[in-house]
Amino acid sequence: GPLSERPLMEVRLGELHTWVSTCNFSPQGLLGAMQKAWSSYCAKYIHVRRGGPAGISMLLAGYCLLSYGWNYQHLKQYRWRKYH
Amino acid sequence: PSAPAALRALPPPVAVGVLHATRPLHTTQQSLAPVPPLPEKGGEVRHGLIPEEFFQFLYPKTGVTGPYMLGTGLLLYLLSKEIYVVNHETAAAACILTVIIYGIKKFGPEVAAFADKLNEEKMASALALKNNSMQALQTAIEEEKKEQWRAEGRSFLFDAKRNNIAMLLEANYRERLLTVYSEVKKRLDYQVAMQTLKRQKEQDHMIQWVEKNVVQSITPQQQKESIAKCILDLKALSKSAHAAV
Repeated sequence: GPLSERPLMEVRLGELHTWVSTCNFSPQGLLGAMQKAWSSYCAKYIHVRRGGPAGISMLLAGYCLLSYGWNYQHLKQYRWRKYH
Repeated sequence: PSAPAALRALPPPVAVGVLHATRPLHTTQQSLAPVPPLPEKGGEVRHGLIPEEFFQFLYPKTGVTGPYMLGTGLLLYLLSKEIYVVNHETAAAACILTVIIYGIKKFGPEVAAFADKLNEEKMASALALKNNSMQALQTAIEEEKKEQWRAEGRSFLFDAKRNNIAMLLEANYRERLLTVYSEVKKRLDYQVAMQTLKRQKEQDHMIQWVEKNVVQSITPQQQKESIAKCILDLKALSKSAHAAV
């Protein structure tokens, strides 16, 4: 289909530049994109009849990574070695 | 816009309200019911963390072990460059993860069965509600049809009522005839009884009068003669009776 309506997973690497240029970067656009991403994640992993631990565990792992990233400057002081 | 002229001809407040109601409803395809059912299983996730799509993405280029090699290399790089710092939180995370994984492996199926049972009960109650209401509406439809059939027999009802009324009228008419007859008979009986009584009184009076006059006319002389004649007759009779014996 047309480039701007395709989801990110189906965009080839060469077309990534043009796909990004067709994106809507206003606040409403960003909010809409976040809403779409969240609802597609929910529909795929959470709103199913027989789900497993995968749906929430991925969210928790993402939260762990994000919080590690936010606290990295503080954690850098607890390195074991000075030179790597 | 396409409302018929008759609706527009209503008085203005009514026309405004009615024209709002004549717009077309439910003409588009999109509608909220029936809601499509939920998918049976979620997206595939390997080791509880990484979606299957990642492995499929790397399979054509690196085969089956590609993502694992990528993971190992990444982990070693992070550790050696100390981008991931090993501290007390690492030990805590290891213990917590061990307990969580042990818990999920041991109690997972039971919890899943319990949740499935809850869902089943909800679905069953909703289905039962739907079935009950459909059943009730079906019986209501049949009752309505029966009532319509019953209403067809109203001609019999009216005939019976007409017959009843005719019989009432007839019975009333005959009662009144009987009353008239008995009243007339009572008056005629009275007249007859009056006449009979009068004649009887006249007879009695006449007999009494004749007796009184006869008794008055018997003088003592005649009484003596008649007694002597009777004695003579008796003697003659007794003689003839003796002779016969």
